[in-house]
Amino acid sequence: MEPLNSVGMSAALENFGCDSWREFHRRRFLNGAATLAGGLFSQGMLTRVAERLALAAESKQSDPSTATSLIVLWMQGGPSQLETFDPHAGSMIGGETKAIRTSVAGLQIASSLPRTAEIMHQATLIRSMISREGDHERATYNMKTGWRPDPTLIHPSIGAVICHQSENNIEIPRHVSILSDQWPSRGGYMGSDLDAFKIGDPKNPLPNLKSYTDPKVFQKRVRDLHEVLEKEFRRGRIRDLDKTKTLHESSTSRATTMMASEQIQAFDIAREPSKIVSSFGDTPFGRGCLAAVRLIENGVRCVEVELSGWDSHVENHTLQSNRCAILDAALHALIEQLDERNLLDRTIVMCGGEFGRTPRINVAGGRDHWPTGFSTLLAGGPFRRGHVHGQTTHELLENGKDPLTGVQDAVRVEELHATLLHAFGIDFTKELQTPIGRPLVLSQGKVISTLLAT
Amino acid sequence: MTPKPIPPELIPPLLNSVGLTTLRMDANQQPPRWKKRALAIGVGVSLLTALFWETSPRTQLSRSTESISGVLDPAIQSVARQIDAAIDSEIEKQHLVKAQPADWRTVARRISLAMIGNGLSLEELRVLEQIPEPQRLIWWTEYLLQDRRWADYLAERWTRATVGTNQGPFLIFRRRKYVDWLADQFEKGSPYDVIARQLLEAQGSWTDAPQVNFLTATMDDADNKKPDAIRLAGRTSRAFLAQRIDCLQCHQDYLGKVSFSENSMETGNEQAPSAEAPSSRMGEQADFHQLAAFFAGIRLENPFVGLRNSTPEYRVKYLNEETETAVVPSVPYRRDLLPETGDARHRLAVWVTHPENKAFARATVNRMWAVLFGKPLVEPIDSIPLSGPFPPGLERLADDFAANGYNLKRLIRTIICTEVYQRDSRIDQASPDGEMELDERYEQHWAIFPLTQLRPEQVAASIHQASRVKAIDENSSILSQIELFTGVNDFTKAYGDRGDDEFNPQSVTIPQRLLVMNGSFVSERIKHNPVLNASTRIAELTSDDRTAIETAFLSVLNRLPSELELRVFGERLSHSRGLTRSAEMSSVFWSLMNSTEFQWNH
Repeated sequence: MEPLNSVGMSAALENFGCDSWREFHRRRFLNGAATLAGGLFSQGMLTRVAERLALAAESKQSDPSTATSLIVLWMQGGPSQLETFDPHAGSMIGGETKAIRTSVAGLQIASSLPRTAEIMHQATLIRSMISREGDHERATYNMKTGWRPDPTLIHPSIGAVICHQSENNIEIPRHVSILSDQWPSRGGYMGSDLDAFKIGDPKNPLPNLKSYTDPKVFQKRVRDLHEVLEKEFRRGRIRDLDKTKTLHESSTSRATTMMASEQIQAFDIAREPSKIVSSFGDTPFGRGCLAAVRLIENGVRCVEVELSGWDSHVENHTLQSNRCAILDAALHALIEQLDERNLLDRTIVMCGGEFGRTPRINVAGGRDHWPTGFSTLLAGGPFRRGHVHGQTTHELLENGKDPLTGVQDAVRVEELHATLLHAFGIDFTKELQTPIGRPLVLSQGKVISTLLAT
Repeated sequence: MTPKPIPPELIPPLLNSVGLTTLRMDANQQPPRWKKRALAIGVGVSLLTALFWETSPRTQLSRSTESISGVLDPAIQSVARQIDAAIDSEIEKQHLVKAQPADWRTVARRISLAMIGNGLSLEELRVLEQIPEPQRLIWWTEYLLQDRRWADYLAERWTRATVGTNQGPFLIFRRRKYVDWLADQFEKGSPYDVIARQLLEAQGSWTDAPQVNFLTATMDDADNKKPDAIRLAGRTSRAFLAQRIDCLQCHQDYLGKVSFSENSMETGNEQAPSAEAPSSRMGEQADFHQLAAFFAGIRLENPFVGLRNSTPEYRVKYLNEETETAVVPSVPYRRDLLPETGDARHRLAVWVTHPENKAFARATVNRMWAVLFGKPLVEPIDSIPLSGPFPPGLERLADDFAANGYNLKRLIRTIICTEVYQRDSRIDQASPDGEMELDERYEQHWAIFPLTQLRPEQVAASIHQASRVKAIDENSSILSQIELFTGVNDFTKAYGDRGDDEFNPQSVTIPQRLLVMNGSFVSERIKHNPVLNASTRIAELTSDDRTAIETAFLSVLNRLPSELELRVFGERLSHSRGLTRSAEMSSVFWSLMNSTEFQWNH
């Protein structure tokens, strides 16, 4: 950290004023602005960083058998298990879907996922997920957090928990959500600073990361903000106002640091060879998956990439097939790239939605919501390769029959979360104090050890 | 009262050449067919009318202010003084020093943020300056209470408490209708107990009887055409009684978080329970389900009829029981207030709003206090122990609220006119290096006004209002109102809503800072635009640098600048003219809008 002069301004930033405009460089300026802001607020950041470092020391990041990063391929709307990973072709519930062989002996998935079939030997497939939520918003909350909605408390999504329980020093957000529309992952009671950083299609520039004024003007604005207005506002208030209360100045500092960081290139998929870009499919979701690989490569802890449009109450087969075409190319390329870059052993990929779809096809040719026996795919980290867990019946369970009787080796949502956290080396039985004064474990489930290789 | 005209230097030319030229250029470049021409003329006329209205030299606020009084009802004043005395006594007991009264503009900003969701416009500040100082804040409160904006904004906040922020089920939940219905009730001054009863007893279609949405918000696809009795029980208990009994849904209260008084009276103890405090018992699982049983008999007949009462049985399998039990509707405390006969929900509504069920008044007072201060008297906002201890002021306010017909407007007036509300958020003699140092106890005991982060829509609406000289209210042009509505919605979506837990302290995030620093919402509103943007108009039309900086501070922060600020920002403007001066003023606006002071209520 550069020393500050009497007005709290770094020498680096002072020098900007002497440069001619032609020699002035945006990145250099932004670095200066970040230094200025960082210098002013370093005291406020120290405790926070120290806390995180302590956590990191506690965690088992060095354990090679645990994962360090998570990619969630979020299928918003509820993908049909019958048209994706659990086809019952030819049965009364199978619809028009055909099944194809995969790289795992005896395992068949829907014919709409031919490329995915080639990488199933890398994955663990759960065909017996169950939850108690049949509404999109509540079920999404349930799957992303591992908890059912509680009106008194907002639980953190799994990506936020992983970020909270580990530390790595990068200048870009450690929790990123790509293409999320309605319900992106949140920090919940762990703090809004763990909310996912939202971006759109990676072919577009990152939102709000570039100042719309020229660097000199931006520099002057930041200086006026910190040296005049914030200073005036701190007068007569509690000590360390920013650190103990607002975090406003710290956040400004971190934002300017991010604007200047070389690490934002991780978001830029144009730096990849065109062959790799095209292998993910020419879709926003495909590009999102490629961006996820680059972000994980650069130290981001959790990336969520959303593919929406699975809510097929009408024309189920057509809608699901269209979505599968997008998912298929991207999922195949994602696993392949993670493997090629030696990231798969420390990165877990989870692919699934908030629930599945009914075995019965309705009068509009659609399938409705079905939280009792749907599929979730896991790959990488300590999860087993080429493994299938659970199964669902090909019978139409109606007339009062409990749908649960059609699911073997059911996995509850909280059990999936407990297993994931365990795979990251996180003690999910640890209790944290929540804002409602109630200590809460990170997950209320238990580990399904048969999903893990070790 | 006759408001003073707005200073002439702030009144712009009615229609500037830029606006007209743009329209003519568009017309010339593309020779229109008759339909296009007619459309262009229509749009042009609308724009010109709107521009004329927005930039016309109105000499006073658009609504009549003749009937507004700046004199407060002595009875309200008396209650406010009692609340002040109770809180001050506690401050003294804690050996704290209380802050001096805040500058009137700062208090006016607090009132404005709480009641309409944004700071004051320059126009409104100029009008207020003409009101005798002792009457200004009362006048401003009364002015806003006659403005539909307060009812709309309060209804939005109240909707979060009563139906949450979930989108709810498609078709059968109409959030907008529900908000409008609540706003209508607030505007016409319906007693709050009546509003609560209408919600709890609602029947019919969610479009014809919007209060029905309180019930349909809890339905989902898997609910077999019935509102969710479990969720309604939890929501009723939290929103109307400030009792968090949700944990009892699954188990007994083994954490000791819920207790109920069985005596016929809950005491009004403030601070510490007295020796005469009623005996309490721990909450049981049955308490929750007996409450839920009141909502079991509601069924969706069809979309035309809506919700109707029926008589199904409510059954539950209690923890560690083998079989289900039929549950009879009952209440967890003060069963003597529950009517013995009648429709289930009517009985519940009567019990909830019974004048002797003081939890109802306390819950409402605590929420209104939170809306006005940004922080409730009791935290969490929906968990007030039935038997206390209660913080100073709560019982007195609750008693006054109940005794005066659950009048929300009176409650607002009372809280605003307390010294506690008008106290500064800082103590000038305090300094980390000096003898006196502030700590969190000062906010905790209301010795200073608490600092709270603005809600996303408050940030957005405040940015928008600060960028316009005139107030954007119900009398503004439709274009102005649409611009505000869409702008605030888009910004709030990008900024991130805080969800149901709107009074839990949260920190600002990096994307939020980036959005305000670099986003188009701010840049569009501070760039050179002599027709619409206050920054350009102030730069161009003020007579000197000092006036320009003072006007900019008033417009954005609703206060006058300090000498240091005047000097620094004045230097920025010195010797600049034309576009350069406008650009410098844009920078001043940027710095002001990105400050902690702007984005926090103080």
